[in-house]
Amino acid sequence: MSQIPADLKYAKSHEWTRLLPDGTVEIGITDHAQAALGDLVFVDVPEVGRTLAAGEGCAVVESVKAASDVYAPIAGTVVASNTALGSAPELVNQDCYGQGWMLRLRPESPTALDALLDAGSYGAQLAASGG
Amino acid sequence: MNQTLEKSIFEYSRPGRVAAAQLPPPVGGRAAAEGIGTAVPEALRRRKAPLLPEVSELDAVRHFTRLSQLNFSIDTNFYPLGSCTMKYNPKACNQYAMLPEFLARHPRAPESQGQGFLECMFELQEMLKEVTGMSAVSLSPMAGAHGEFAGVAMIRAYHRARGDLARNEIIVPEAAHGTNPATATMCGCIVKEIPVDAEGDVDLAALQRAVGPNTAGIMLTNPSTLGVFERKIGEVARIVHGAGGLLYYDGANLNAILGKVRPGDMGFDVIHMNLHKTFSTPHGGGGPGAGAVGVAARLEPFLPVPLVARGEGGYRWLAEAERPQSIGRLSAFMGNAGVLLRAYIYMRMLGREGMSRVGEFATLNANYLQARLRAAGYELAYPTRRASHEFIVTMKKQARELDVTAMDIAKRLLDHGFHAPTTYFPLLVPECLLIEPTETESKETLDAFVEAMTAILDEAQSNAAKLKGAPYTMPVRRLDDVRAAKQLELTWKPPQAATMAG
Repeated sequence: MSQIPADLKYAKSHEWTRLLPDGTVEIGITDHAQAALGDLVFVDVPEVGRTLAAGEGCAVVESVKAASDVYAPIAGTVVASNTALGSAPELVNQDCYGQGWMLRLRPESPTALDALLDAGSYGAQLAASGG
Repeated sequence: MNQTLEKSIFEYSRPGRVAAAQLPPPVGGRAAAEGIGTAVPEALRRRKAPLLPEVSELDAVRHFTRLSQLNFSIDTNFYPLGSCTMKYNPKACNQYAMLPEFLARHPRAPESQGQGFLECMFELQEMLKEVTGMSAVSLSPMAGAHGEFAGVAMIRAYHRARGDLARNEIIVPEAAHGTNPATATMCGCIVKEIPVDAEGDVDLAALQRAVGPNTAGIMLTNPSTLGVFERKIGEVARIVHGAGGLLYYDGANLNAILGKVRPGDMGFDVIHMNLHKTFSTPHGGGGPGAGAVGVAARLEPFLPVPLVARGEGGYRWLAEAERPQSIGRLSAFMGNAGVLLRAYIYMRMLGREGMSRVGEFATLNANYLQARLRAAGYELAYPTRRASHEFIVTMKKQARELDVTAMDIAKRLLDHGFHAPTTYFPLLVPECLLIEPTETESKETLDAFVEAMTAILDEAQSNAAKLKGAPYTMPVRRLDDVRAAKQLELTWKPPQAATMAG
């Protein structure tokens, strides 16, 4: 059973978001996503300063099975990206909700996160798809 | 099988060991007398001998023979690698394509001295037109993705020639081949992905929403990568054409419909054909490929050159002068000539009736295998659908309950003497195996494959650990995929060279 921390909000496309005290939002991929991808061999994170629309591809993850885009769950400007993943993509497999974070956004709208799924709804989505 | 891995040829090397009979004349002897080797200025000549292996002729012959025996190929084993159409390559195709007159023909030889070759290419163009229902064909793209590039470049050129500059969006269903969005991006288009429904057909409502004044076209494979025929193709064509876009057919799965349904009749405007799949030229590491393109009449001016034409004086090339609107040349001469010849000979051997037998038996074999594997306990990804030339089983349940993955099954199959099916593609289906038997396999081979798959499924229940350690009989055991992807070491360096260099 994959882990779905209760304090985060989720996108249908398997990204998680965490609201940080300074109002920025940290983003990564969920435990379900990292398990489905398998061992990651490459992660490409966006440049700081890039403006992203909601749903726009913002990072690329490549595993031994597949390459996949990571989509920005909300619109905003990139204020930090986790460059450590360049040499250690396995951090996403080992600690997807912690050291495996991918980017931090300054959200365009302070209420953007409201539209995302809570842990219960995301869990229900996984259960419905047999995952 | 139980083979050991062959050493690198450098590890057989001993200083001074040579095959005298194979040596070129020594510089300074006859060569110097004839002026060979003196044309290179002194400053550009190397000072040290290159690091080449020093072995006897017999060492070299044994080494390369052993390497060739490690090959897992269609000539040795069943190879149901989905989406790749690993059918048998008849030896006659090789034999006739290797006639000395073909091999010795220079690509710049005058047309008058290559009429036989030009006739073969002209007839190949004509046969491909006939079998696909397109108006014109160019043979110059040298691989499937190259053909895709040519196709989308023609779509862009068509819109541009009409002054319709806004059309830069290519719609790609999520079931498409990964090369489709890559091709569209390479051609400067924006990719719009649309979903497929639970039965594998394109979501028409999503398509309707996606099309508009910016639509350049849609890229489709039919049958799709899900191993099912796109039943709403007529409706898809109506919607895309209605919005002013064009339809691109990815010919990767043409084998399934060969001689039965023609892309031109389905409403496609541009297609590429993987001659190396459908028309049986060697591929899968053995390449090279050939990605001929076909078009409807309105796209004909944009075809890549050269083309072959027939006139009163015989066969001749059509190039930039005759085709000013062409997207240009995609290869130095006219594509992979030797591969095109093999495809031509294959088509001539099949004839019209043979073409439809290919489609029939490719589909029959896939449906037989699908039915038998289902009966053996394998879960089908699209259980309500008839297979095309390939089908998908999912190991989702075994992965969850037994921790046995599609990769474990694939590796264990090698021990049973079968090449693994395609794994983890298409991405839409978790833990999937994409299985394509092709028309050239006998019922006995298919039955033996089912027997192996049944034994493996039993083993998943009784001894999952054994499966996870497979393969046991190959020259190398389970590879470390992560290390292979991250630490690329593709060259061998002699140990002494490392110290000498310092």
